[in-house]
Amino acid sequence: MSPTVTNSSEANGNVSAATARAAASAAATAEASGPQPVTMAKALNTALADAMHADSSVLVFGEDVGLLGGVFRITDGLTATFGEQRCFDTPLAESGIVGMAVGMAINGMRPVIEMQFDAFAYPAFEQIVSHVAKMHNRTKGAVKLPMVIRVPYGGGIGGVEHHCDSSESYYAHTAGLKVFTPATVADGYRMLREAIDSDDPVIFMEPKKLYWSKDLVDLLELRSAHSAAASAGESSEGRAAVARPGTDATLIAYGPSVPTALAAAEAAALEGRSLEVIDVRTIVPFDDEAVCESVRKTGRAVVIAEAHGFASVSSEIVARVQERCFHHLAAPIRRVTGFDIPYPAPKLEKYYLPGVDRILDAVDDLQWEN
Amino acid sequence: MTISADHTAHPDQASQAPAEDALTEAAKKFGITAEDYMLPARHQIEMVDPDGRLKPQGEQGTEPGHEYPLPGDDELLAAYEQLVVGRRVNDQNSALVRQGRMAVYPSSHGQEACQVAAALCLSEGDWMFPTYRDAVAVMTRGVDPVQVMTIFRGDWHSGFDPLQHKVGIQCTPLTTQLLHAVGVAHAAKLRGEDTVVLAMCGDGATSEGDFHEALNFAAVFHLPVIFFVQNNKYAISVPLAHQSVAPSLAHKAVGYGMAGERVDGNDVVALLAVLDRAVKLAREGSGPLLVEANTYRMQAHTNADDDTRYRESSEVAEWRAKDPVNRMRTYLTERGLLDDDGEARIREKAEAVATQLRDGLSEDVPVDPQELFRHVFEKTTPQLKEQSALLADELARDAASSQEAGK
Repeated sequence: MSPTVTNSSEANGNVSAATARAAASAAATAEASGPQPVTMAKALNTALADAMHADSSVLVFGEDVGLLGGVFRITDGLTATFGEQRCFDTPLAESGIVGMAVGMAINGMRPVIEMQFDAFAYPAFEQIVSHVAKMHNRTKGAVKLPMVIRVPYGGGIGGVEHHCDSSESYYAHTAGLKVFTPATVADGYRMLREAIDSDDPVIFMEPKKLYWSKDLVDLLELRSAHSAAASAGESSEGRAAVARPGTDATLIAYGPSVPTALAAAEAAALEGRSLEVIDVRTIVPFDDEAVCESVRKTGRAVVIAEAHGFASVSSEIVARVQERCFHHLAAPIRRVTGFDIPYPAPKLEKYYLPGVDRILDAVDDLQWEN
Repeated sequence: MTISADHTAHPDQASQAPAEDALTEAAKKFGITAEDYMLPARHQIEMVDPDGRLKPQGEQGTEPGHEYPLPGDDELLAAYEQLVVGRRVNDQNSALVRQGRMAVYPSSHGQEACQVAAALCLSEGDWMFPTYRDAVAVMTRGVDPVQVMTIFRGDWHSGFDPLQHKVGIQCTPLTTQLLHAVGVAHAAKLRGEDTVVLAMCGDGATSEGDFHEALNFAAVFHLPVIFFVQNNKYAISVPLAHQSVAPSLAHKAVGYGMAGERVDGNDVVALLAVLDRAVKLAREGSGPLLVEANTYRMQAHTNADDDTRYRESSEVAEWRAKDPVNRMRTYLTERGLLDDDGEARIREKAEAVATQLRDGLSEDVPVDPQELFRHVFEKTTPQLKEQSALLADELARDAASSQEAGK
């Protein structure tokens, strides 16, 4: 027997020791109760720690996620708290990371793995499309793959090429995957916990430009709310949120585009136009009901996404809303998306990314004179 | 679920034993250098020659540290029985394809020794990850033959429960399953279980990226995985020379810091000897091993392929003389372990399996269109519910109109 294989009695002892420490560390990170300024990165980090604390089958691995804590520090401190068997670095090979996670999920674990950057996940595409997405279906549900693939995505951070892709459409197009993307700090925590709890594989798209954005949140309260919801079997999966209520037109956005949409709505308000902002939250499953309820109310819609518009999540949203709300629409639905070009170099990205002005222009085009 | 979660309390229990130390240890165990341990023996391991004669020990290809005891008589008789059943299964399935009862069957005719040994070397708690050509191995592992053939019968993708049998579903995207094998072994190791995982692929598949990633991950995490490569000389039409110019596929092991071995893939005696030892070593903590079986795909890739376009019939004839089933029958008969009655009893068993396949695959299995939506997710989506209702409505209207027409 290799010295690295622990026998079960030792392992049991270790788990309880680590559990106590994890609980202490988790309590320390949450600190005082009541809302505090917390970054998305911290919320995600706390969600991982809490999930690992709650369930010893939750494992975290990927590139640089161990000692370094991830290039974005989302896994910071997890190896120190939970040990190298539960949060560890792998060889530098993304297909290997995803493929090994599939095997671990087959054999009783709940792997939460990190693809270091959006475009670095492409070597794993075959594993994701041919196995992660299909295993449950091809075995008629005998094999579940409760795994989460975390993908930092999108631009707006001045990154060089291959570091700024919006790859959500590839995953959303693949039957059998769920695709989540949080836009707020509280959702960062809540949705990651729900993704880890899910018995379906989840592609968890983290808007990297929002990692350091802060909201006032109470992590302790989020934790207990999650515990209560989880024990009641409730999840916010498949539910969009009204990020800002309004009456004149609906801005539909997700992930990194939600704050941009909110800024546009704020600017429009100054001009006397009341825009409702819908945060899609989970691209798959998509909340047709909430999105259509808003569009039926306002009669006008603009869909905003960083990704290329052609054959994308944004085109899907337009198609769905058009099919369901045609007779409520006062104007064709507009889209503000990235251009259909490879992601630009840092000094050019401002011309590419959907911004407040471009959104307001699209809103102006919604045939108000009728 | 028990996982050691605290490395600070046990600083000596790093999650990864340095491969170097493990290999030095293994080499010490056999009294040879780490390089000699990792490199395959200079010749393939072959115990019973194509004429069914046991080779003298000095000519079996063994070397110090690469020594293999002859498997016991009971094991060999059990293997022979499975060889005969496996051959019958291959030929029955090919016949069913010709009769149009199955869309396609990638036959392992000629590779039955590899198929049988791959299954027989494992214990009940171990796992196997097969490819599309490994149906006989999956059946030898104990999965119901008709369930195994469901993938080719066409009513669903996998007909058996992988968790129940500890057999991955037969994998088509080459070598992707090797990484699943690595993950299963890794999870078992973290829980302190002594599971061994056998991961199968062919010679052409060794060119795939996942082959490299799987071997490297298994070695770095020091996992009990046996990579079993059936070198049957062709990837559809492309010969091995176009895939690799390595001295042998077993030589690839040393680049990952693991031990490799070559074995006559048509000699079930040598296969069992080598795989049994590999399983024992892996279970004892040797880390992964690579075993290359030198065999031959006697028939075309599938019924849809024409092998006369890329190989000479003389080459096929040469390999026919090395047939794994005939060789074993001669050996066991001459050893006095098999007589006409024994042979007849085995043939009867093989015939029973063939009948089971004919019956099972001729059956018109009712398919339920609603199953299309039932298993996509554990927790379904509103969109799939809508689409399922759409199809139900379409079918109800079809049924109503054909009823109308029937009146």
